[in-house]
Amino acid sequence: MTTEGTTERPAERRVRVVLVDDHRMFRTGVQAEIGRTEETGVEVVGEAADVDQAVTVITATRPEVVLLDVHLPGGGGVEVLRRCTALMADPEKPVRFLALSVSDAAEDVIGVIRGGARGYVTKTITGTDLVDSVFRVQEGDAVFSPRLAGFVLDAFASTDAPPVDEDLDRLTQREREVLRLIARGYAYKEIAKQLFISVKTVESHVSAVLRKLQLSNRHELTRWATARRLV
Amino acid sequence: MPVAARMPETTDEPPVRKLYRSADGRMLGGVARGLAGHLGLPVIWVRLAFLGLFLADGPLGTLLYAAFWLTVPLGVGGRAPRPLLETTPDGRRRLRKPDRGQVVALIALMIGAVVFVGTVDLGGRANRYVWPTLLVGVGVVLVWRQVDNARRASWTEPGRRKRLFQLARGLAGVALVGMGLTVFMVVRGSAAQLGTALTAAIAVLAGMALLAGPWLVRMSQDLSEERTMRIRAQERAEVAAHVHDSVLHTLTLIQRNADDAAEVRRLARAQERELRNWLYRPEGTGKDEAEEPQTVADAVRRAAAEVEDKHGVPLEVVVVGDCPLDERLGAQMQAAREAMVNAAKYGGGGGAVQVYAEVEGRTVFVSVRDRGPGFDLDAVPADRMGVRESIIGRMQRNGGTARVRSAPGDGTEVELEMERAEADG
Repeated sequence: MTTEGTTERPAERRVRVVLVDDHRMFRTGVQAEIGRTEETGVEVVGEAADVDQAVTVITATRPEVVLLDVHLPGGGGVEVLRRCTALMADPEKPVRFLALSVSDAAEDVIGVIRGGARGYVTKTITGTDLVDSVFRVQEGDAVFSPRLAGFVLDAFASTDAPPVDEDLDRLTQREREVLRLIARGYAYKEIAKQLFISVKTVESHVSAVLRKLQLSNRHELTRWATARRLV
Repeated sequence: MPVAARMPETTDEPPVRKLYRSADGRMLGGVARGLAGHLGLPVIWVRLAFLGLFLADGPLGTLLYAAFWLTVPLGVGGRAPRPLLETTPDGRRRLRKPDRGQVVALIALMIGAVVFVGTVDLGGRANRYVWPTLLVGVGVVLVWRQVDNARRASWTEPGRRKRLFQLARGLAGVALVGMGLTVFMVVRGSAAQLGTALTAAIAVLAGMALLAGPWLVRMSQDLSEERTMRIRAQERAEVAAHVHDSVLHTLTLIQRNADDAAEVRRLARAQERELRNWLYRPEGTGKDEAEEPQTVADAVRRAAAEVEDKHGVPLEVVVVGDCPLDERLGAQMQAAREAMVNAAKYGGGGGAVQVYAEVEGRTVFVSVRDRGPGFDLDAVPADRMGVRESIIGRMQRNGGTARVRSAPGDGTEVELEMERAEADG
């Protein structure tokens, strides 16, 4: 019962999603693209157009995944993330955030990832890929667009000969390789084939990168962002 | 063409002449010089007229001059267009001439002052007010000139020595005013009361500062706030103008070409990229688009943009790191461009073409990947030179490597690797 083009997930898998975007047209479009629950398994349980609305709707509906726009009236996606920190940390039913934005400017991307979003995709993404990303995020994996992978590589590239205690924040050779392939436009499945590892391993590498990205707050990323006057 | 014929007539109208005080070749506030320039008279006439007014009726002449000084903005307009003042094109003669005029005017002014003092002195008892008044007047004049110079400094960058001189002049002005005021008080009272008078004066000044201080602070805050608002409004206007110029035109084009899906997509992509560049690029970049790219990142982005516009296939560009272009990298960029063109031409059906460039240490790596049908490199006829010469051959000739990986149904990926030249480290 698996659909062509999406990942191999059981058809009965369902994910509850809240859409946060200040453009009604865009919400309608996303809803039409991924909201056909029978086909995609995505159920849109709520919509919000600004920060306050988003926090209310997310708290009330407790979705598994929130598709979050970066630019929102009332403080932006970062503000929503800040006010939902408790929900994200909930061990029982964590709410996970996937940033979906038209902007792929470095400051926007880095901002929401630091805020705790599990991934970042741009609005040019196709419906199939978006459904795929939503399920990935629901399972706790990180979803990187090629551009985001590029930013991350850039952020970690300029560190040469770091002190030993910063080792934790550095990317391993393998993680770097995976990111590089993402940046080159490979899908997770293709990366797995290329590197002779399983898709699960690819996903765990990407999740490790995400964790390091948040960890490295006080090290490379800050320095990198400061050097580019992003913070 | 009647419109074209009418155009010169309207533009030939002399521009509205505005009265400015002259910044150079002036004695006090530049009023006489400015008026002379404005009216087209020799400056000495205006000066004599002012002097006459001053002698005939002191207050009126002074007031008139002061009013001009306060209200007319300082400018360069008055002097330059009058050929009467610049009789010779020779620089030295031109410099000397106003000099002599200034000396003459100074002498005239001194004579005038002496006459003025003489006439006023007749009063006898009024004498004790005259000198303090003069002191205060000269002080005020000096301070005002100072203000003028500060305004002029925004046009011309003054040297350090000049600034010191200006500071000294400003201080002298203030000192003169203070001295005049003190003398006023001392003369009225007795010398013994100098201390008391000074204390009183300082107390009054401090009180005024305390009273006016908060108000001044608030006013400056209001001013800066207003300025921020104005800047914001200006920015908004600029955004609106840009959106109008580019986005609305593109939307119109899209409406007109609604049936041609490929054309609509091409227009939308091009517009998106342009707007994105404009919105997210830091200030100052992206303006010199006519120039050749100087760095790898720039070159890759520009090549991708051009290919995208030409072939109507979206190219997603990711660049990691950056470095200046050298000859070898230039060749690599040309090869990359060729690869992009190929990908757009033959692999465009499978979605966006992915372009990835990375500068890591001394190596520059570029990958161009499409998800098209792919092809078998060995099956390409020998006379087709595109891939072999433009990409692989070019890279090898310049000391780099090129790899083409393609499998039918799995897209094509071209990987280009080049070492940077030794010269730049």
